[in-house]
Amino acid sequence: MHLVVCAKQIPDPETPASAFRIDAATNRVVPAPGLPLVLSQFDGIAAEAALRIKEGGTGHKITVISLGEEQAAAAIKQVLAMGADEGVLLRDAAFEDGDSHTTATALAAAIRKLGDVDVVCCGRQAADWDMGQVGLILAELLDWPVAPLAQSVEAVAGGVRVRRGVGDGFETIETSTPAVVTVSNELGTPRYPRLPQIMAAAKKPIVTWGATDLGLDPAKLGAAGRRLVLERLALPTKGGNVRLIEGDTPAEQAAALVAQLRADRVL
Amino acid sequence: MPRNVLVVGELNDGAPSATTRELLGAACGIAASGEVGVVLLGAGASAAAPACAGATRAYTSDDAEYDAFRGDQWLRAIVAALDLGDADLVLIAQSTAGRELGPRLAQRRGTAVAMDCTQVVDDGGTWRATRPAYGGNAIATYTFATRPAIATVRPKSFAAVEGDGPATITALPGAGESRTRIVSREPAAAEGLRLEDARVVVSGGRGLGAADGFALLQQLVDTIGRDRAVLGASRAAVDLGWCAQSMQVGLTGRVVAPDLYIAVGISGASQHMSGCSGARTIIAINRDADASIMDFARYGVIGDYKQIVPELIAALRGG
Ligand SMILES: Cc1cc2nc3c(=O)[nH]c(=O)nc-3n(C[C@H](O)[C@H](O)[C@H](O)COP(=O)(O)OP(=O)(O)OC[C@H]3O[C@@H](n4cnc5c(N)ncnc54)[C@H](O)[C@@H]3O)c2cc1C
Ligand SMILES: Nc1ncnc2c1ncn2[C@@H]1O[C@H](COP(=O)(O)O)[C@@H](O)[C@H]1O
Repeated sequence: MHLVVCAKQIPDPETPASAFRIDAATNRVVPAPGLPLVLSQFDGIAAEAALRIKEGGTGHKITVISLGEEQAAAAIKQVLAMGADEGVLLRDAAFEDGDSHTTATALAAAIRKLGDVDVVCCGRQAADWDMGQVGLILAELLDWPVAPLAQSVEAVAGGVRVRRGVGDGFETIETSTPAVVTVSNELGTPRYPRLPQIMAAAKKPIVTWGATDLGLDPAKLGAAGRRLVLERLALPTKGGNVRLIEGDTPAEQAAALVAQLRADRVL
Repeated sequence: MPRNVLVVGELNDGAPSATTRELLGAACGIAASGEVGVVLLGAGASAAAPACAGATRAYTSDDAEYDAFRGDQWLRAIVAALDLGDADLVLIAQSTAGRELGPRLAQRRGTAVAMDCTQVVDDGGTWRATRPAYGGNAIATYTFATRPAIATVRPKSFAAVEGDGPATITALPGAGESRTRIVSREPAAAEGLRLEDARVVVSGGRGLGAADGFALLQQLVDTIGRDRAVLGASRAAVDLGWCAQSMQVGLTGRVVAPDLYIAVGISGASQHMSGCSGARTIIAINRDADASIMDFARYGVIGDYKQIVPELIAALRGG
């Protein structure tokens, strides 16, 4: 099996709200100083899913693809250090400021160009915009079945088997391959590359493809091709008027809280 | 301006789900005097249609093949409903099904979806959809370059309406093929109150320090009453294996809007608050008076939960 991992580089989603800044003129997030860009959490987990399939004996190659700026190569290298084999960076001015559809269009073209792909592993959502669309649109563009929100993925004869949460319970589904899988955090923690693996990853190949390499019309990509247009990005308003419950002992605090809740008719 | 809105409904024990009724409430507010359609799929769909207050037309198929959601099958049915009507806007719940349907439907119709919206307005002919982004650290507003606009909607974002159900019911075709096959299903043991229905949610986080912290919180729940209170958790607590994943509140968990939300040992990361900031009153029990949760809480109790929660139980029992 040839597995593909789609990996996005994003500002650290655990940036505390107090350090989170927006440039209102451009509607962009200003990365907090000193906090590096990171591999989107769920994409590390998607890589873990692909690696488990490969180690299960059914995979022979993992290619990691990222669409982004030059620095997105760092996200690719991280997945290579985890154990992927080859990297593809999709980089072109034509890709910039797109939406989920234009990103999926470029990724689909890259996957077609690779040619022999059996399973694409995406994250359930990129942890910056939290959209959760690209993997699903990709499946539609490729006309492949999709198994979303996987908590485990395994290769079975002619396909993949996915366990996923549905409402209050779980289900196990199977689809034929080629297929797209989107991976959720319950799958487990991504492995942490050790120094020798990081060094080895530096020697693994990363190719860069632009719109022409993919045979795509720039008018359908990036800002020119987007269907969903970001109009405004703002900070949320917060309550911000917490009342700390007084008391010299936990018993006094508890009594004061209960009295307050009864006065408010909450309890 | 009258607008036609199509709601993708979901059935829950043979009735429109709570979120479906919320979507219909939203659609009524938006449609002006336009048509509000609702798609209902699965056994009992046409019998459930009259309970869809706010809808003027229902598109239904009673084919039980639709009962267990499979995107391939549902998409064909929704596309068929879109072909029959003339929707300017499609509303879908941000549920397991909706998370899959939104992007796939958008792609099939050559249009776009905004996911997990908390607000959708018709601004003189321009659809504006507002949604949290960056885990709730930012609020993003989008417009659509294509039609119809599609939005998946965060549960508890709109109020349901009372009133008549749809006057017309149009039949949709049966389910047909799916490329995904369900091997097995494990419905969760339906015991007690659902998180979304509870009036009081007591959630524990990493600050509990160990799984047995949840046993203490369960005593608090029992004291408040199992008929109205239930346990929740932060993702950190779930990831540590201290509790079931179904208890997770937040962006990638459940969305609750109880009268009272008691967050114990939870720092208040934006991704957690995405799931509970709709609560009427939030109480934070935390060692750290500077924790972000204090930006959301009405009342903060500063201290070690191991000392505070037993006293709280005693105080509640005492009165
Ligand atoms: C894309 C994405 C999606 C996510 N989705 C979710 C989600 O759906 N739900 C979710 O919850 N998280 C989610 N997270 C994770 C989130 O960012 C936080 O990491 C997580 O919510 C932290 O959990 P916590 O508050 O329990 O732990 P911590 O942040 O570690 O906070 C522990 C708190 O306990 C307090 N404490 C410690 N000891 C005690 C004591 N003895 N008594 C009282 N207080 C004490 C501390 O002061 C601290 O405030 C997501 C993250 C990402 C990136
Ligand atoms: N720029 C990108 N490069 C590579 N993969 C991406 C990119 N954007 C999104 N993806 C993939 O699609 C998933 C869902 O992203 P999104 O729809 O943006 O939330 C991510 O977890 C990635 O696997």
